[in-house]
Amino acid sequence: MDYRTVLTTCTHCGCGCNFYLEVLDGKVIGTIPCKTSPTNEGKLCIKGWNVHEFIQSEKRLTQPLLRKDGELKEVSWDEALDFTAKRLREIKDTHGADSIGFLTSARVTNEENYLLQKFCRAAIGTNNVDHCARL
Amino acid sequence: MTNSIAELENADCILVIGSNTTSSHPLIAMRIFRAKQKGARLIVADPRRIQLALMADLHVRHNLGTDVALINAMMHVIIKEGWHNQAFIDERTEGFEDLKKILDAYTPEKAAEITGVAADDIIRMAEYYAKAKAGSIVYCMGITQHTTGVDNVRTLANLSMITGHIGRESTGVNPLRGQNNVQGACDMGGLPNVYPAYQAVTDPDNKKKFESAWNAALSDKVGLTVSEMMSGLSHGPLKALYILGENPMVSDPDTAHVEKALKSAELLVVQDIFLTETARLAHVVLPGATFAEKDGTFSNTERRVMRVRKAIDPVGNAKADWEIIKEISNRFGYPMEYGTPEEIMKEISSVTPSYGGITYQRLDGEGLLWPCPTTDHPGTKFLHKDKFVRGKGLFYAVEFKPPAEVVDEEFPFWFTTGRVFAHYHTGTMTRNCPTLDSEIHEGFLEVNPGDAEGLGLRHGDAVNISSRRGLMTAKTMVTDRVTKGVVFMPFHFAESSANVLTNTVLDPVCKIPELKVCAVRLEKVA
Repeated sequence: MDYRTVLTTCTHCGCGCNFYLEVLDGKVIGTIPCKTSPTNEGKLCIKGWNVHEFIQSEKRLTQPLLRKDGELKEVSWDEALDFTAKRLREIKDTHGADSIGFLTSARVTNEENYLLQKFCRAAIGTNNVDHCARL
Repeated sequence: MTNSIAELENADCILVIGSNTTSSHPLIAMRIFRAKQKGARLIVADPRRIQLALMADLHVRHNLGTDVALINAMMHVIIKEGWHNQAFIDERTEGFEDLKKILDAYTPEKAAEITGVAADDIIRMAEYYAKAKAGSIVYCMGITQHTTGVDNVRTLANLSMITGHIGRESTGVNPLRGQNNVQGACDMGGLPNVYPAYQAVTDPDNKKKFESAWNAALSDKVGLTVSEMMSGLSHGPLKALYILGENPMVSDPDTAHVEKALKSAELLVVQDIFLTETARLAHVVLPGATFAEKDGTFSNTERRVMRVRKAIDPVGNAKADWEIIKEISNRFGYPMEYGTPEEIMKEISSVTPSYGGITYQRLDGEGLLWPCPTTDHPGTKFLHKDKFVRGKGLFYAVEFKPPAEVVDEEFPFWFTTGRVFAHYHTGTMTRNCPTLDSEIHEGFLEVNPGDAEGLGLRHGDAVNISSRRGLMTAKTMVTDRVTKGVVFMPFHFAESSANVLTNTVLDPVCKIPELKVCAVRLEKVA
């Protein structure tokens, strides 16, 4: 039996509560609020207590999908990534950088937000990047 | 937030306006409960009788979209009674005379006609807040999601500055950010007009700095906002959209318009953890990882940067989002060679002055509140201590403007939207948590008992709700949480989506849609 707890930050609202995710044999099985957290001081709301439940949901996407003959079909990472990069290149070459837009995410990490806006600005060459801050 | 979350519990007056704090930010509501226990006065301004209103010293239910009139009248009273902080105004601000001129007309009696709030209550609000030692304003999307969103925020800033309730412990103007890392997404330059740390893309020096840091030629043209991208796809210049972890099919106003836009894209890439309503329309779907499957940082609503730590490997063949972006960039021909998120953070702190002192090592423990410019800087608990970012605080003289769409004979009910305690945003995550899903499983429409009787609606009856944009059916919830003439619907539920009905009209400055006010018609389903 491999039981571990990992201190992290909640993803269910802007409070930023800290808790330990309980991991048993590779499965996330619960949350324990962090008593020394400056935000939540050992408390959690109903969304925080149950945040572990969606992580290993059966409905998770586990394989890239590509639309073929009108339907989304499972494909390899290589095929999905090559397709994406190739189409972005073709559209940039045909219609210009400003014909491409990016929505980054208020749910992914700072590092990922930084990387996507960098890709948009430095690689594509447009400032068409926004996210749901207003929504 | 100008001030940190914990400071709220030491405020002696808290004005909560346009925030259903116990539902949307429960652990911030905890601080408001504690302040109340310590004797603070709580004023809640909200058209709905939200949970916080039940413990408020004063709850005012102003008409939808009348915030400017309400706050201007508070300031009218404060100046008339001499409760303003003249020393603070003289030393720290400019433009007061212009503000004062327009406030003359906002008598409590005139504001009562516009807002529906009794003049006496407006006077009490003004007195409680102005006479406090440390008054704090807490607001959320009820203030911002209006065509007058910028006006509303400026009016709250005016209120804090005429009373000097800013730049000190337990005061401030405190927007509660709705998404877990919306603060960070903004800080990192996920906006069309700024690089990381709000450095304008139109400033040649900033452009030069980032061109050198990123080794690439950059554009100095401000990009498109979300709403502009949607119309750009429908009508012309935009051909491709890459969406990371967002669900505009549920979150954006006028779903029919969004669907048409997304379907007209030559390329739609969606990177997400579930096959969302938006992902179903994509040409390619890239399976990302949840917060439990990767390392990184989030920045919460009080500007605190905190660690996210990997607990398990990504499920199936999913990948961490930073790895997916890196792989695409490499294949596109712009090499990225980061081995870990920590390496990305090193680059972030080198180009983002407010994150300059942030390292993973320093984030062990309580995290750091930005601005944190150097590695020996302790972080910043509250902003605007001795001066404002621009030097003097500038008053904007803001006049009341009604919402873009108002009720009429054809659409006689005011419609507003929000969240419920068990769900978060478009429900992609919370509706896949069985415990939360069983708390509230479906969407509903709150209708006042008087209106329900008039329409022959009983609790649980199906009701057709139509606006100029679309038609939606939901179950009726008869409740006096809403006043007569107003109905409310949560927007988490794709199958009874409030945003089929909402108005796409935008604030002219910040381009936020008016999700909080539109006009609808109700009909009982036969």
